[in-house]
Amino acid sequence: MIEAIPTQLIIILVGLAATMAFVGLNAILLVYLERKVAGFIHRRPGPYEVGPHGILQPFADGLKLVGKQIFTPKGADSVLFWLAPMISMAPAIVCFLVIPFGPNVLIFNTNVGLVLILAFTGINVLALCIAGWTSQNKYALVGAARGVSQSVAYEIPLLLAVLPIIFMTGTFNLYDITLGQGAWPWQWFIVYQPVAFVIFFICALAETNRAPFDLPEAESELTAGFHTEYSGMGFALFFLSEYAYMVIAACVTAVLFLGGFQGPVVSGWWWFLAKVYILLLIMIWIRWTFPRVRFDQLLNICWKWLIPLAIINLLITLLVIAL
Amino acid sequence: MIVKSIRENLGGMWSLLVGLRVTSINFFRPHVTVHYPRQCVPTLEGYRGHIELVPLEKDPLKSKCIACSNCVKICPTSCISLKATKPKKAAVAEGADSPAAKVPSEGKKEAPVKKAKPELQSFVLDYNYCSLCGLCVQSCPTGALEFSDDVYLAGFTRQEFVFDLLARLQRQAQKKEQ
Amino acid sequence: MKLDLRLDTSGDFYAQKFQPTKREDTLILNMGPQHPSTHGVLRILLEIDGEYIVRAEPVLGYIHRMHEKMAEVMSYPQYLPNPARTDYLHALAWGWAHVGAVERLMGLEVPERAEYIRVITCELNRINSHLLWWGAYLLDLGAFTPIMYAFDDREIIMDILQRVTGSRLTYCYYRFGGVSKDIDDRFVAETREQCTRMKERFKMYKDLVTDNYILRQRVEEIGEISVNACRKYGATGPVLRGSGQAYDVRRAEPYSVYDRFDFNIPTYDSCDAMGRYMVRMDEMQESINIIEQALDTLPQGNFIHPKAPKRAKPPAGDVYFAVEGARGKIRMHLVSDGGKSAYRLKLRAPGFSNLSLFGEVSSGTLISDAVSILGSLDLVIPEIDR
Ligand code: SF4
Ligand code: SF4
Repeated sequence: MIEAIPTQLIIILVGLAATMAFVGLNAILLVYLERKVAGFIHRRPGPYEVGPHGILQPFADGLKLVGKQIFTPKGADSVLFWLAPMISMAPAIVCFLVIPFGPNVLIFNTNVGLVLILAFTGINVLALCIAGWTSQNKYALVGAARGVSQSVAYEIPLLLAVLPIIFMTGTFNLYDITLGQGAWPWQWFIVYQPVAFVIFFICALAETNRAPFDLPEAESELTAGFHTEYSGMGFALFFLSEYAYMVIAACVTAVLFLGGFQGPVVSGWWWFLAKVYILLLIMIWIRWTFPRVRFDQLLNICWKWLIPLAIINLLITLLVIAL
Repeated sequence: MIVKSIRENLGGMWSLLVGLRVTSINFFRPHVTVHYPRQCVPTLEGYRGHIELVPLEKDPLKSKCIACSNCVKICPTSCISLKATKPKKAAVAEGADSPAAKVPSEGKKEAPVKKAKPELQSFVLDYNYCSLCGLCVQSCPTGALEFSDDVYLAGFTRQEFVFDLLARLQRQAQKKEQ
Repeated sequence: MKLDLRLDTSGDFYAQKFQPTKREDTLILNMGPQHPSTHGVLRILLEIDGEYIVRAEPVLGYIHRMHEKMAEVMSYPQYLPNPARTDYLHALAWGWAHVGAVERLMGLEVPERAEYIRVITCELNRINSHLLWWGAYLLDLGAFTPIMYAFDDREIIMDILQRVTGSRLTYCYYRFGGVSKDIDDRFVAETREQCTRMKERFKMYKDLVTDNYILRQRVEEIGEISVNACRKYGATGPVLRGSGQAYDVRRAEPYSVYDRFDFNIPTYDSCDAMGRYMVRMDEMQESINIIEQALDTLPQGNFIHPKAPKRAKPPAGDVYFAVEGARGKIRMHLVSDGGKSAYRLKLRAPGFSNLSLFGEVSSGTLISDAVSILGSLDLVIPEIDR
């Protein structure tokens, strides 16, 4: 017993370091991917000048952000102001610990993995709130208010969309949920729960503040929303955490609905990554296609459509399981 | 009521898919931009860059300008300033007989045929203030001004855009000779 | 920590004037002069109650350049490049208003070919202006892609115009008695080609944007402006036509050769942002229609009056000339004392009247709606401030 704890601890620490690297790498890749995809959709090459085909562009961006002056607005509470980006970033890293990337690539196998992820991603909204509140900026304040009500509202259909899966597998363990699905696409939960998948995906978009639900930072209305006043690393951390949450959302969707690391022929982490990146690509694609919804419409979608649909879906699932 | 609203929303969903289709089609279509520093757009024809002096056919080092100051007077932003020597008797009016072919609107030519031509000493354009209206080119009696196709201009100071057009003309002429 | 937003608003003159209010739970928000959705240096003072706008008041004058005064000190031809700088998006219409006023005062006849060239180039410019509005409006609504597609088309039109006018944005092409350069066969061919291309593109625009459900939700029944409100504030152009009134200077006070073309004046009765949106989308097609007719019947002849004076010097008197710009009725009222520059010149900027509506229309709406309304008015701030 005494021996077991340190091993677990070491694994977690190594895992944390690995996830940080993973998060960083993903952010770099995603920034590049996002800009390239946007460019191609706009029929222009996107970043092209830094490095071959612009692959070093994210590094150049990062370098620029690191080099910027750190600036705290007058009248802002500087402790909370600088705590907010960290609060936003930290839970994101923890969430990666419980995601089963492959049959053997899982840092922390716990039977409440899903709960852990849902709980920790909820902390992000606190960061938004603090950032908007302490910035001493009206745009940031409005952005934060939007962010909070949006996140709180969308948490409900998100959970309701997850529940059918829980009932079907009877576990919160992401590893077991993955194993509950087969290798072939028709054995994945997306086939049994298409409605839940759609609801979950929409909620994931809203929870990660991605367009068309990017209201907290709607730049044509609120200049930059809650992170208006952040410069340099503060902004970079928010940026990073936004991409980290995107990856988490895609990972959880892949685990719950797309069979996780299971795939035709040879299962493994490559299938997982492929699925995650396809989902991320869809997210990027959606962002560059649609206008932004309005705030009351956003809440209407949630309360009037997603929640009733999710409840009906849940009831039907329960009925089928009970029969 | 509910049925109608559901149908409406489903129609709306469909329109979103149509939108996604449009962007995905465009994703795979060729780019319409060029990689600027390595390639330039081919469509610069007709573009009015800053003005430049037209050299004499006989002497590419000299301009057709007869220092009549028409362009100085008409320029809305007074960005042309020129200096000329007093007319010398010996000088032959070479520039006067070259027709201002590019200026069809011309009523009467003010070209001084009999009088000796003053020698142009400097012709400075302050490009910072030029509005590229083309009035100077039109009002020149000898067709001594034209638009350059110099569009890729960039500099760090304003002074870089105060062009001495006569010197520019001579530079270009020398370059051509080499 | 205490959030001291209300007390920390000593603000400038306008903010202080705006300040007194009985309500305790509202915020005064300065939207602009540097705000992404005001497209330039428009400043709007908003009193907001949460997301709702209680009062709104535009503050102008950040880019006032005294174009009217300049007309009094510059000679007539020297003023030629100025109108293009007021509304840089529909520069040719403004230029036309100026040369038209001077020509009318001088009794100078414009050759037929020149009139046709003016119509073609002005309509091309109108399409360009509407395209940019379209892209920028969608940018306001959060869609990034359309503006890129709009610029794809705009670039081609700008290339076409550049070959004859020499500029790409602030054209100085019209002269008293004609235009400064003749169009050639290549211009005609390219314009025709672009007209055909645009018709295809409109289908894509419809699929991508006009039919989009999210967009419709953002513009339908938003910012309803009644015809009476338009009359009250003097709103013209697509704003008025989006309210169901078929008023177009090209029809109401026909100038040039517009009476020879067969075109519709699109109107929509919905009075909302969608109506104004649709009016502009339809207007682009009508412009193409006009261009094609003009190209078909393009007469030969001079492109500028052979006796056009180089130094225009109209007789004493006053004259009024109105043209239909992309944003509404552009009008010039020129008073001359027979000198070489105007005695007085009054420019009527349609955007000014259209913006005046904003305060009334936006109160009680959400911030997002206000952005949508502001976009649907299609404002060009340099034109408003002149
Ligand atoms: S183009 Fe117009 S502004 Fe420029 S130098 Fe000539 S007259 Fe002056
Ligand atoms: S109008 Fe022509 S000839 Fe006269 S000064 Fe200018 S450039 Fe020289």
